[in-house]
Amino acid sequence: MTATAGRVLRQLAHDPRTIALLVIVPVLLITLLRYVFDGAAGTFDSIGASLLGIFPLITMFLVTSIATLRERTSGTLERLLSLPLGKGGLIGGYALAFGAVAVVQSALATAVSVWLLGLDVAGSPWLLLLVALLDALLGTALGLFVSAFAASEFQAVQFMPAVIFPQLLLCGLFTPREAMHPVLEAISNVLPMSYAVDGMNQVLHHTGVTGDFVRDVVVVAGSALLVLCLGAVTLRRRTP
Amino acid sequence: MMNSEPAPAPPPPPDPAIEARGLTVVRGDRTVLRGLDFTVRPGRITGLLGPSGCGKTTLMRAVVGTQAKVTGRLDVLGRPAGDPALRPRIGYVTQAPSVYTDLTVRQNLDYFAAVLHPGRAHRDARRDAVARAIGDVDLTSHADALAGALSGGQRSRVSLAVALLGTPDLLVLDEPTVGLDPVLRRGLWDLFHRLAADRSTALLISSHVMDEAERCHRLLLMREGRILAEDTPEALRDRTGAETVEDAFLHLVDAAAPRTEEAPR
Repeated sequence: MTATAGRVLRQLAHDPRTIALLVIVPVLLITLLRYVFDGAAGTFDSIGASLLGIFPLITMFLVTSIATLRERTSGTLERLLSLPLGKGGLIGGYALAFGAVAVVQSALATAVSVWLLGLDVAGSPWLLLLVALLDALLGTALGLFVSAFAASEFQAVQFMPAVIFPQLLLCGLFTPREAMHPVLEAISNVLPMSYAVDGMNQVLHHTGVTGDFVRDVVVVAGSALLVLCLGAVTLRRRTP
Repeated sequence: MMNSEPAPAPPPPPDPAIEARGLTVVRGDRTVLRGLDFTVRPGRITGLLGPSGCGKTTLMRAVVGTQAKVTGRLDVLGRPAGDPALRPRIGYVTQAPSVYTDLTVRQNLDYFAAVLHPGRAHRDARRDAVARAIGDVDLTSHADALAGALSGGQRSRVSLAVALLGTPDLLVLDEPTVGLDPVLRRGLWDLFHRLAADRSTALLISSHVMDEAERCHRLLLMREGRILAEDTPEALRDRTGAETVEDAFLHLVDAAAPRTEEAPR
């Protein structure tokens, strides 16, 4: 598992532009957001906190789906599966590597938001970081799973709007989930991003760890784990 | 290296590296391999020859255990093909080089070596295996170049080096010399013969270039999912009265399809 994680990070290390984009773009966007809502600090707080949870999910989804798709199309996946490597080891390695990238990305975005942009968080920034990391793992898991259904990079990129945007619309970022049509609210109740955003808002509004926060964290982590297992099922040693 | 042939009266043949009886593979609604029988022996280079699309790659994938819908009997190193215990003992090189283009040659090999022999305890052994494999394919001077920056032929040698890492008992090589210049090709064939002689490795090597057939100990001639002949190059030439293996192959093709080619020629 660590061998695979090390290899994925080494691949990234040869691609400094991707690293720069991964790390800097969230910071720039959250800064932009701060000045978009220049007159309404409260709006920046709630949307900013939500976005700190959504960025890692989206970027890790994209990075992982492309990376694993390349692994599938380049033949390296077939080679790996003909070697004594467990599927769990491979998937765990990816999760570990992109989790590490997500820690750097989220730490920087959270630090800039809280200390430079004046994001007003009642709870501990560490909890924000924890949720961001779990979101990143969820993104990695979804990306890994979805890449099994993409035959090309074009398709893989199109899965982003297909899988992420509905969650984005329904997660409570634009309208509180309670105010939605009951059907939509019910759908949003089973989408993991709703809990990711709710977790961020719990930290935003409460000083301590609330029951809802624990539920959110468990749901996001559980979803990530479940989707990772589904991703493992899509890795077949024997293919037609 | 071929001067040592014919070998002195051989001891009883060792257990076959690959033994297929009635091997059949279906892909989609097409039967790609139709009840093949053949044997591959250790310490021998078995050439798998036939036109593109005749099922060579499918046969190799079945041996390695990555092909779905395989029926019939297919034993590899004494176990059914695809058995997890076989994974560290088989080196497989696909036709397209399967290496990470965004890693250096050494990083590629380091990773696959770590997959084969994980753990800190094997670190020194891994380093030696990586250095040896890079040397085997003559890429020591390019060890720290990105695989993506290499030429096609060099990249396919990186892919071959990965397969050599674990000192496999069986090497399955799908067109390993395509796109290589004659000097490199000779170098690789020398390497294959060394592996067969020194490490008793069984090699199954596919090619559609018939002149490479002369370098193999035994040949499997394939056409349209069937095996036309299984013999040594000399015996094939003698049997058909042909000058080259290519002529022997064409002779066998004509002989095998008398009814469909009754038209005057």
